[in-house]
Amino acid sequence: MKYLLLIHTNPANWAVMSEQERNALLGEYTAFNKEITDSGELVDGAPLGDASTATTVRVRGGQREVTDGPFIESKEHLAGYYLVDCENLDRAIALAERIPDARFSGVEVRPVMDMGGVEM
Amino acid sequence: MTERAGPAATGAGPVTGEADVERLLRELAPQVLGTVLRRYRDFDAAEDAVQEALLAATVQWPADGAPANPRGWLLTVATRRLADWRRRESTRRLKEATAAQLVPADEWYAAAPDAVDGRAAVSAADDDTLELLYLCCHPALSPSAQVALTLRAVGGLTTTEIAGAFLVPEATMAQRIVRAKQRIRAVGIPFPLPADADRQRRLAAVLQVLYLIFNEGYAARSGTQLHRADLTAEAIRLARRLHRQLPGDGEVAGLLALMLLTDARRAARTDAHGGLLPLAEQDRARWDAEQLRQGIDLVSAALADSPVGPYQVQAAIAAVHAEARHVDETDWPQILALYELLQRLAPSPLVTLNQAVAVAMVDGPQAGLALLQTVAGDPHLAGHHRLAAVRAHLLEMAGEPDAARAAYQQAALATHSVPERHYLLTRATRLPTPTPPSHRP
Repeated sequence: MKYLLLIHTNPANWAVMSEQERNALLGEYTAFNKEITDSGELVDGAPLGDASTATTVRVRGGQREVTDGPFIESKEHLAGYYLVDCENLDRAIALAERIPDARFSGVEVRPVMDMGGVEM
Repeated sequence: MTERAGPAATGAGPVTGEADVERLLRELAPQVLGTVLRRYRDFDAAEDAVQEALLAATVQWPADGAPANPRGWLLTVATRRLADWRRRESTRRLKEATAAQLVPADEWYAAAPDAVDGRAAVSAADDDTLELLYLCCHPALSPSAQVALTLRAVGGLTTTEIAGAFLVPEATMAQRIVRAKQRIRAVGIPFPLPADADRQRRLAAVLQVLYLIFNEGYAARSGTQLHRADLTAEAIRLARRLHRQLPGDGEVAGLLALMLLTDARRAARTDAHGGLLPLAEQDRARWDAEQLRQGIDLVSAALADSPVGPYQVQAAIAAVHAEARHVDETDWPQILALYELLQRLAPSPLVTLNQAVAVAMVDGPQAGLALLQTVAGDPHLAGHHRLAAVRAHLLEMAGEPDAARAAYQQAALATHSVPERHYLLTRATRLPTPTPPSHRP
């Protein structure tokens, strides 16, 4: 089953870390990447540009409105994602747990819908 | 399908078109792997070597024509690859191999193709398909590993094809296969199956994997994805092969019958817009008559000759559905009896779900709902969309549209399938609308 792991982060958490702490956590991300690549569970993944680089598009009454910034303005924002294919939800949760930002913010786990189906 | 005729030098005969080559290679793949494995004992290296030989044949045979002894050709190429690989590996690895596993020196030399194996056709006695299936479906491997390995080593599919079938990048699937083979070595899974192994249990594991592959294919979006391997066809092909090797096994026949009877409905299960049609609404004229006939013959023979088992019963249920030319002619009492038998053989809450539908058709929706209630709390069904979907269907039958609507919506939220969600929401909108507020006290 495919799951999307949506990594939320609060930049303030990272800002107060020492360079050592930051490097240690980045090292954890690297190790995590390697682990899910080796296990054959990683389908795709990427960090996202900072929230300050986000642009939100809305169309109201046929008019396009473009605003600087993420969809929801908050202290925490979407920082990156992993698309994984694993045996079940328990495994997806176990993977999410390992992501460093789960300790400071949170990782949302969402099943990915697919276009297949069987008759009822 | 056009055939590209290659140079006549090899006297290859009619096997030159790409589709023919692919078919032949799939047929030969497990045979060659079995032979190589019996000599070389290292599944990882052997499987890789055979894969390379298959890929070489895929490139060369359509252009040059298939060799007179295709099996011998593959064996020669795979053996050469293995010898090359062994020479490149450190001597430390060779020393690790026990004397019994080392191949006698005179077998390292790649003999002329004619000398290896003159027969193009393979008798059941030569076919290592069953032994390879035992290996690939070993319970120590995870289900996805079993599936990937079976498709590669027994099905002869390429990593690219398997990745495409499961909609993951090739690198992801390649890694799964690497890990699965590492696990085989780590656990020490033997080939062939040792004499004291529990064959019946291992066969049950094999059947489960084949059924997994079938269902993965059956649920797949029907449509033209040119490079996506047809998993249902592959599962059926492997099941046929297994049936050829074990003609007396009722469950093998039962599984093959179940696959055929299910696949027969494929053309009828989607409507013009690609939406799903339930069994009751399908145009049965679009069911594949030949597959139905084969399935019915298989399950009838199996039930007559062999001890009954769960796949046979599931196939029998599908056969009873198939024998009704119209849904209104469905013999529900017989289906109910079969579900009761299935419940005794292989009890499961999912069986109860299906049984509840049959109960509703025979004894009325309230009886079906009562049966559903007995499994409503089962942890295996918690949040499962099918529980809500069946309850919704029965509530609709019972004339309780408000409750049915809520259940359809609950099921729609829980399913991961876009077509299923669409179907459930559509059923909800077709229900009679709630009583308007002005009529309420």
